[in-house]
Amino acid sequence: MPLIALWQAGQQLIRLHPLDLLIIVIYFVAVLIIGFYLKSRTRSGEDFFLAGREISAWVAGLSFLAANLGALELMGWAASAYEYGILAVHWYWIGAIPAMIFLSLVMMPFYYISKTHSVPGYLKLRFGEPTRALSAVSFAGMTVLMSGINMFAMAKVMQVVLGWNLDFSIWVSSATVAVYVGLGGLTSAIFNEVLQFFLIWLGALVVPILGLVETGGWSGLKARIAANLAGTGASVTSYTHLWGPLASFRSNPMGIHWTGIVFGLGFVISFGYWTTDFLVVQRVIAAKDLRSAKLAPIIGAFFKMAVPLIVILPGLIGLGVLYHNGHGIQLVAEGTAQAGQHTYNEVLPLLLVRYAGPGLLGLGITALIAGFMSGMAGNVTAFATVWTYDIYRPLLKPNATDHHYLNMGRWSTVVGVLVSIATAYMAMHFNSIMDYAQALFSFFIAPLYGTVILGMLWKRATGSGGFWGLLAGTLSSVGLWAWVRMSPAALSVIAFSSDAKPMAENMYRALWSWIICVTVTVAVSYISRPQPEAALQGLVYGCTEIPSEGDYPLVQRPVFWGAVALIVLVVLQWIFW
Amino acid sequence: MSTPVLPPSEKRKPALPIWFFIGWLLLVYGILLVGGGLYQLQHPPDTVLARLHATLWAGGVLTAMGLLYVILYRPGRKSRHE
Repeated sequence: MPLIALWQAGQQLIRLHPLDLLIIVIYFVAVLIIGFYLKSRTRSGEDFFLAGREISAWVAGLSFLAANLGALELMGWAASAYEYGILAVHWYWIGAIPAMIFLSLVMMPFYYISKTHSVPGYLKLRFGEPTRALSAVSFAGMTVLMSGINMFAMAKVMQVVLGWNLDFSIWVSSATVAVYVGLGGLTSAIFNEVLQFFLIWLGALVVPILGLVETGGWSGLKARIAANLAGTGASVTSYTHLWGPLASFRSNPMGIHWTGIVFGLGFVISFGYWTTDFLVVQRVIAAKDLRSAKLAPIIGAFFKMAVPLIVILPGLIGLGVLYHNGHGIQLVAEGTAQAGQHTYNEVLPLLLVRYAGPGLLGLGITALIAGFMSGMAGNVTAFATVWTYDIYRPLLKPNATDHHYLNMGRWSTVVGVLVSIATAYMAMHFNSIMDYAQALFSFFIAPLYGTVILGMLWKRATGSGGFWGLLAGTLSSVGLWAWVRMSPAALSVIAFSSDAKPMAENMYRALWSWIICVTVTVAVSYISRPQPEAALQGLVYGCTEIPSEGDYPLVQRPVFWGAVALIVLVVLQWIFW
Repeated sequence: MSTPVLPPSEKRKPALPIWFFIGWLLLVYGILLVGGGLYQLQHPPDTVLARLHATLWAGGVLTAMGLLYVILYRPGRKSRHE
């Protein structure tokens, strides 16, 4: 089949100019150059899996955030902002910042002092081999599934927006990620993530800037949204305020109560993701010293607070400008679109078409591709590390040379990409991939957070308690999900309201699975023999002497910048209350 | 996929800072966008607010950022973040 036929497939929303294509091609060449350049510097397992532990705080912090800025994140949350309004910002502020600061100031010393290669590796040191095996297998499975879902979401958008063939998008992007990660390991992934971070910002900024110019600023945008909502029964307040509409399930478009946001999102989902999901934690563990490891999540936190500018604000701008004075287009939910209609997921590409001419459009599309590749590289590097160090080495081939594990890391990167591709094709058969992704997340990450946090903060927690708590939390989460699928009335039991939307259901299910994990861990720990304190040194608060970060003035200390980030967070809540 | 393992005593040359790579990419993109933006002065694209010449402005910003990073983080100069 000729290459052009592989590439193009059917109708498209955007016709790219040769300048746009040149910008996209240059991006692919740049990431491959970085991969080949770093190959010669990757000589040991420590180099491949942990970037030689030589990464500076800034690079680790930006990479920490970029690994989270996948394509699903960019387009999915812009779509959610169009659908649910500014409530989607909770996932960036209360649903991220406190957890990132907690990771920095409380948990990072234990990850760093224990010199673990991974989160399952920490669980091995703290709770023993069975807990590590359970968490490693569930994490490896979740990682390739999430990677495949991200890949399918990106390829689908490229098909709808650019008319690119689905197979072409999946195979070309995946092969590029496999080459640069396979060659340079985590260093290559991190370097490219920092590059992608810049491109995502520079490519996406055109939408909020020109969108606010067109609508006449924030107050003008709110007036346009109010005009568009007239007659729908929804109030503009519920789309443009963060906390006011959360007094009841029915007063906001998400169908969620503030308890779900504070406890489900702010306490369980957020802390679970940012403190125990190895995809992001791996970037920080690779930092060159403890102070850099503690600073990195705080640097990430400041940028995370700004991400709504390029993700949530475009969703709101779409709500205000795509349909105005009775003209334009109104987006609909995935699965309900008729021929000629556009879905929520297309809001960001539609706005790029609206504002960006040739060249700038290519930069915007490159930002979306960069988002996809940074998310996928994050998943693949985390998978390769957990597979090699937490499954292959302890269970299949202990006592091999470091060179053997380095090569295994390279091959498992390729295999991880191939399994992700297979998962991407499986994802085509799901009606709502976002719901599927959120469900996966609540199955594995929420209970894992219960196990890790008890392990770090409570010295009475035992190996048996950790294992059975993690197993009970994971199984109960899957069980609660299945219960609602078989009996929809169960929703009012799990999420306290039959009005709860899927997003709200995820929050409450995560909360329940965390509570079950913690309860079982505590109960089993009390009936099993406690571990001697000597075995807990370097792993648990109260048994560990935290090393000094060095003699730095206050303004160079992580705790100072952590406090500043929290103050900024509070001010933002007050402004958009 | 096999990589020779060098003796630990062998010192590695420091890697070029990532900021240097970023600088070059931004510089190349900036020049391309400036070129596109100048062309669009005579042939405005069919976009909302085309009169603001966003491509030209973005090209200028990227060129300036790219130059700054390339100069600040060029090989041989001690960098701050690496």
